[in-house]
Amino acid sequence: MSPVMLAFTVLTPLLAGLVVATATDKRARSAALLGSMASLVPVAVALFQFDWSDAATFQGAGEAAWLPALGMQLAIGADGVAMTLIALSALLGPICVLASWTAIKERPRLYYSWLMVLQAAMIGVFASRDLLLFYVCFEFTLLPMFVLIRVYGSTNRVAASTKFFLYTFTGSIIALAGLVYVVAHHQTVTGDWSLHLGDLMTTAREMTPRQQGWVLAALLAGFAVKVPLFPVHTWLPLAHTEAPTAGSVVLAAVLLKLGTYGIYRFAMGFAPVAFVNAAPEVAILAIVGIIYAGLICWVQSDIKKLVAYSSVSHLGFCVLGLLAVNTTGVNGSVLYMLSHGLSTGGLFLMIGMMYERYHTRDMNAVGGLASKMPIWASFMVFFAMASVGLPGLNGFPSELLCLIGTFQSDADLIAAGQVGAAGGTLGVWYAVAAGTGMVIAAIYLLFMVGKICFGEYREPKGHHAHDELPTDLNAREIGLLVPLAAGCILFGLYPKLLTDAIGAPVEQLVSEVQAAAELPQPTGLPIEPATRPGDSGGDH
Amino acid sequence: MHDALERLWPEVALFLTTCVVMVVGLSPNRRLRVLTPWFTALGLVLAIGLGLQSPTAGGPFPQLMGFAKPMIAAIGLILLPLAAGVVDRDLDDLVESGKMNFNPLRATRAEFYAFFLFSLTGLMLVSSADDLIWLFLALELTSLPTYIMVVLSTRGTRSQEAGVKYFFLGALGAAVFLYGFALIYGATGSTNLAVITAHFAENGLGELGTLGLLVALVGVSFKIAAFPMHFYTPDVYQGAASPVSAFLAFVPKTAGFLAMMLLLGTVGWANGETGGLPVAVEALLWITAALSMTIGNALACLQTSVKRMMAYSSIAHSGYMLVGLIVGPGESFTSSGLAAVLYYLLCYGVMNTGVFAVIASLEKADGSEPDELSELSGLARTHPVRGWIVIVCTLSLLGFPPLLGFIGKVGLFSAGVSGGQIPLVVILGINSAIAAFYYLRLVTTVYLDPKDDDAEQSRPVPRGMSGRPFAAAVSAAGVLGLIFLSNPLIASANTAASTAPQPAVAGEPEPDTPPAITLADPRD
Repeated sequence: MSPVMLAFTVLTPLLAGLVVATATDKRARSAALLGSMASLVPVAVALFQFDWSDAATFQGAGEAAWLPALGMQLAIGADGVAMTLIALSALLGPICVLASWTAIKERPRLYYSWLMVLQAAMIGVFASRDLLLFYVCFEFTLLPMFVLIRVYGSTNRVAASTKFFLYTFTGSIIALAGLVYVVAHHQTVTGDWSLHLGDLMTTAREMTPRQQGWVLAALLAGFAVKVPLFPVHTWLPLAHTEAPTAGSVVLAAVLLKLGTYGIYRFAMGFAPVAFVNAAPEVAILAIVGIIYAGLICWVQSDIKKLVAYSSVSHLGFCVLGLLAVNTTGVNGSVLYMLSHGLSTGGLFLMIGMMYERYHTRDMNAVGGLASKMPIWASFMVFFAMASVGLPGLNGFPSELLCLIGTFQSDADLIAAGQVGAAGGTLGVWYAVAAGTGMVIAAIYLLFMVGKICFGEYREPKGHHAHDELPTDLNAREIGLLVPLAAGCILFGLYPKLLTDAIGAPVEQLVSEVQAAAELPQPTGLPIEPATRPGDSGGDH
Repeated sequence: MHDALERLWPEVALFLTTCVVMVVGLSPNRRLRVLTPWFTALGLVLAIGLGLQSPTAGGPFPQLMGFAKPMIAAIGLILLPLAAGVVDRDLDDLVESGKMNFNPLRATRAEFYAFFLFSLTGLMLVSSADDLIWLFLALELTSLPTYIMVVLSTRGTRSQEAGVKYFFLGALGAAVFLYGFALIYGATGSTNLAVITAHFAENGLGELGTLGLLVALVGVSFKIAAFPMHFYTPDVYQGAASPVSAFLAFVPKTAGFLAMMLLLGTVGWANGETGGLPVAVEALLWITAALSMTIGNALACLQTSVKRMMAYSSIAHSGYMLVGLIVGPGESFTSSGLAAVLYYLLCYGVMNTGVFAVIASLEKADGSEPDELSELSGLARTHPVRGWIVIVCTLSLLGFPPLLGFIGKVGLFSAGVSGGQIPLVVILGINSAIAAFYYLRLVTTVYLDPKDDDAEQSRPVPRGMSGRPFAAAVSAAGVLGLIFLSNPLIASANTAASTAPQPAVAGEPEPDTPPAITLADPRD
């Protein structure tokens, strides 16, 4: 893959954003659709050019000088994990534009231009090989999202957008201090001031466990807020509830993944020893988040808030998989980043479509929609099932891998020579505790589906038919749901497609982290678990 | 003395311009009179050129002038079109319409520009100071004109109140640091910075020296508007017209930081077993930095007046820069706190001016500037260019990547981390986050809030002056352009912050060395 093509995956949406910003209000949405479609082209070419047999290497590496005096350059490059996340972000571009087609009537130019810029920033995070570019893009996702919530959100939007910005900005400033510390350490070791990740990864791991601990604490302050991990998750339900549909979709599908991606790339990469040492404590937070958010979901009547809390709960699994520090768990976690984007993104789209017709998010006010909107209801059930983790859909393999990874990440099992046991500091009880989260998820999601799709038809008072929209979904809406649904089925039935893509880089990182942390290795046994879920296959 | 004159050419140029401006500004010929700012600009351009040629001097920072003087004159050039039209606009209208004859006694234009230049001359003199008395005089020359500029800036009573307040508190500050200087003289028997440095290096700081330095630093913190001498800032900034507020936010602050650099340079940053400033001095600066940031940001959050908010934010920015002063010099830009401070001063001057310039370029129905946050609501829609300038400059003040303020803040961050001041860096980080609250409020007010159609009458409209939007545009262009063009500036700030290799033998002038500016990569 050429660096130019990778650069274009970022630049195309950025340019599209500028074009939309200069278009007229009337043409803004068409321009945005065109721009987001055009952004798919370089991504598709890059995916095609990417050498998947060598997915652990950063391909398309390129550099441009910016401020050499500060060691600042713009370096790009992507491995298998980054590439798949780029593809997910790009795919959501046109879907988000289409999802906003009729919903956004006021100031469309502002809306669509920021949506495009947001996409560019998200792809930039994944494509960066340089701390500076990473941080710039990471921070720059805040501003568009802030605008989207602040201007286009519902009643409580001012509070929601402010809370969102302050929470995440505070976290990332502290993360910046940690990143700068890593760079300063690099300078004391080598005498060079470099922000290139390739340089930093090697020296950062030479830090003492104590230094790594502080770096990890700073990085987690930034990334845990973004994920969000209990107890710093409180901004998310508010932001999700108030955001416009496309905002929620982007937030759930990609923005939250910036946090887990940050943990994967930086917390694990820079501070492996501290990461392994802190894993049990952080895992407890993740598990508390899984169960606590799940229980909150159970009592929600606001359907959007319910899905928002389910995101908190689900991402707990994602973090747990990373904390297992073995191939199974980390593979599952990265898989989760992708599949959660598809299923929860889908759920938010469904809610958005319902909201456009009924103007309520209250489960008690609407219900029995299957009789009025059969197509909508089918998709709703489908995405809810994907989210629950029904075998055959995408939620299942990722959630299962996370749990198996956690289960295997047990020193006792390794000592006992248990087949498949691999490095890590968690263990059976963590997996069992987290597993209850799956049960709770099934309860609240089925409860929600049952209440809103089935039973007697209810509609809010004063409901009247929408001028532009039919009772059930129109072709545009079905069209934008189909790719997501197809992804859910494809990666549910054949997750090997993805595990092949992400397997090599994940395995490399995990072996590096395990070696750095001197985790016990099962002697004479393959690190790779021999038992895998039936349809996930080997990952290399 | 020949060598002293050699480094004073920029000041000489500004002083001569001042003389010209005094005469031209009082000319009965209106066409000549309105050229006053152009003469001022000419002097500043000349000063940039001469400043770039500054020779290396003695003292702790031999190459400081080569960066400081051109920077001062350059920011002066941004402040100048902003200040143009502060005074005598009405007078000119009256004379033009024949209602009265031009009376030099009633005109204030000549004085205003002369004071403007005097203050900048004083600031440049601070950077070339090698003696405590010189330093004191230079600091006063910087400040005294600003007291008068505050009063002249509007015809309202508020600016008079602000001027008086500023004057008395300024006199208090001056008295305090003069007392400190006297104690330092008492401890070392000399006012020459090089002699003092040598004395401290040989005999240690001693009780008297420590006390002198501490008192002097507290006094100078009035200039930079840092805790505990920050109380005047919001009242004065709000009372003065915005162009003068912008001037106050840059000129005395820069003077204060340069003076602090010189004062701290006498004891150096290699005291004690672990290096760094003497414990007492470091403790004072540490507390000052932490409290300035925190108080400034916390109180800024409570303001509804834009100018008061900017005043509190100016206190906070002083706190940020003090982190660099505590870290001290280093080998490269990324480890040199002083280089970071010098570069940040430049960044701050550029981005801060933009916000004030936009406020100054608007007027309400009664001719006053908009001040309440709500009066700027929807500005980006009614006046897109002005609105976007506010947005860009405010986000840069916040340190939002990749804008200029972010680069400056990365310098401070990395210097702080390299210098081992981790707790202070964390406080700096948390404060940047607090600052997000009020900067963001300004951005959303300007950019996102709907224009209130009922308030159409009270909506501020552009003033009929082209200088101020021009200054605002230059400032925003600087914020965006310097993102890419900062390399030579960073390199030159780094050169300027480099300390003399050895404390020079008393007062001995340095041998001939090449000009201070080297635009090479500091890592080479």
